[in-house]
Amino acid sequence: MSEYPFGNAGGPGYCLLVPNTEVLIRARNLTKRFGEFTAVDGIGFELHRGEAFGFLGPNGAGKSCTMRMIGCVSPPTSGELSILGMDSVAQGQAIRARLGVVPQEDTLDVELTVRENLLIYGRYFGLSRDVISQRTSRLLDFVQLTDRAGDQVEPLSGGMKRRLTIARSLINEPEILLLDEPTTGLDPQARHVVWDRLFRLKQQGVTLVLTTHYMDEAEQLCDRLVVMDGGRIAAEGSPRELIERYSTPEVLELRFHPAEHDQAVEKLAAELATTGLATTGLATTGLESTGPAERAEILADRLLLYVADGDAALAAVRARGMDPLTSLVRRSTLEDVFLRLTGRRLED
Amino acid sequence: MSSPAAPWLLAPRAFRFWLTNYRRTWRGSIYSSIASPVLYLGAMGLGLGTLVDQHGTARLGGVSYLAFLAPGLLAATAMQTAMGEATYPVLASVKWLKTYQAAAATPLRPADLLRGHLLFTAMRLLMNCAIFLAVMTAFGAARSLWVLATIPVCLLTGLAFAAPIEAFAITRSKDSSFAMLYRFFLIPLFLFSGTFFPVSQLPGWIRPVAYATPLWHGVVLCRSLSLGTPDLGGALVHVSYLAALALAGLLIGQRTYRRRLYV
Repeated sequence: MSEYPFGNAGGPGYCLLVPNTEVLIRARNLTKRFGEFTAVDGIGFELHRGEAFGFLGPNGAGKSCTMRMIGCVSPPTSGELSILGMDSVAQGQAIRARLGVVPQEDTLDVELTVRENLLIYGRYFGLSRDVISQRTSRLLDFVQLTDRAGDQVEPLSGGMKRRLTIARSLINEPEILLLDEPTTGLDPQARHVVWDRLFRLKQQGVTLVLTTHYMDEAEQLCDRLVVMDGGRIAAEGSPRELIERYSTPEVLELRFHPAEHDQAVEKLAAELATTGLATTGLATTGLESTGPAERAEILADRLLLYVADGDAALAAVRARGMDPLTSLVRRSTLEDVFLRLTGRRLED
Repeated sequence: MSSPAAPWLLAPRAFRFWLTNYRRTWRGSIYSSIASPVLYLGAMGLGLGTLVDQHGTARLGGVSYLAFLAPGLLAATAMQTAMGEATYPVLASVKWLKTYQAAAATPLRPADLLRGHLLFTAMRLLMNCAIFLAVMTAFGAARSLWVLATIPVCLLTGLAFAAPIEAFAITRSKDSSFAMLYRFFLIPLFLFSGTFFPVSQLPGWIRPVAYATPLWHGVVLCRSLSLGTPDLGGALVHVSYLAALALAGLLIGQRTYRRRLYV
């Protein structure tokens, strides 16, 4: 198995460890409208060479639309978008020559073989047959598909197709790799293989731009991310920064007996509403000092208390005579940030 | 590294995609390209033709029905080949397989994809018409060496259909419009554009409709060449009409392709 798909690899950490401030993608006031509908509403961001940058958001937040604009297949309605120092509309063709794209839906030619898919794609970039054939063996090795090189694509598993799509997107040795929901629909094993491959690419200095609605994926892969909601950027930062800014250090998850759930939730909620956390005894958790995160989330089956000290909060709950069926104290995750910023409404 | 390529180099890259795909299916397509003219010329040219010839062929220009029919069918073959290429494969590329979207993420532009597919269509037209011509010659239905000039004429006739239909096909989201296209466009044209009988047999009021169809121009050109009676003035009109259609289709298609792929 080849660890590095590119022939000119410098080895692990080749680019990653060197802080790089070269801006590869710059968006200002970027807007995309479809008739009356505004899909992307005046967003701005900067992306540096070698980083892994994520667009997080619920369905319909404008992530894919932003990706299509970066991929130079969707002209912005207004605003500025420069990629690799070039204008995304005027120089789209030259930009696309240096991008790799892994679309949300597989767009492989399922009637052709694995190898033929790479051949055709390499040809689109004007690569010679020799170059393509060298890269093909390296790339298939990298995505662990060498033994399927001569097989038709149709019967391959979802994970294999995704890996082939990734290999295909690397045929032109792109400087920026765009991945739109790279692991949606894959089983856990397949997801981990994809993550591992993407991590290796990042180590090689490939700039990754990805969209996802999987928080673990964002935490695993992204150095920096923006949370999008309703076409706008709701927050920006590293996963750690976002958690610190928008959540508490710990979360206490309480689950009550279904028969008592509503009652317990009501009781807690009423106390929180009338007296606030300070007089419920939860003040011992030292919440006041942590700022904005004095919150409770009521889910259908659970109650989440955002606190600084989960164990102390649990003790305070018990002291009030409530006896949860199960309780869990955990650290805040990106998911808590995400739910706070984008709400719990269902979008499709 | 991939460097910016000259614009004319890009359509051939898209053409190669179709060629690679075709490598898997070419045998089957050749068999049907041979079978179709054999069946038509056998049944209608020889079978029906014997009956027709017994009643005098003055209205056919004094030639046997087989000699009259064959060049008409040749032009119709170009039309059918073009329709076949310009409808379902286009929708498959943009909707079912999304191979067009995959290609649009590379340096290829929508216009390159259209031109690449028209190049492939041109290749299929040349193949099918050459096969038809060979069968037709074997049936003794070609009367003049001029018949060789039917090949470029068929190419032009085919592209006069392929380009506008492709410009239309890329705008579709379902294939049901293709069934309509075949039922209400291709089949009437096939039957009433002078393929099987002279347009002069039609009632006078409907003849202008026949004259407006691209197939009629292709049929008239092919027939005059096959019978060795080419007429330069008429040919110029026919060729210009077909070329104008093909060019209009190309220009409109470049826009519709762009609109569909760059959303």
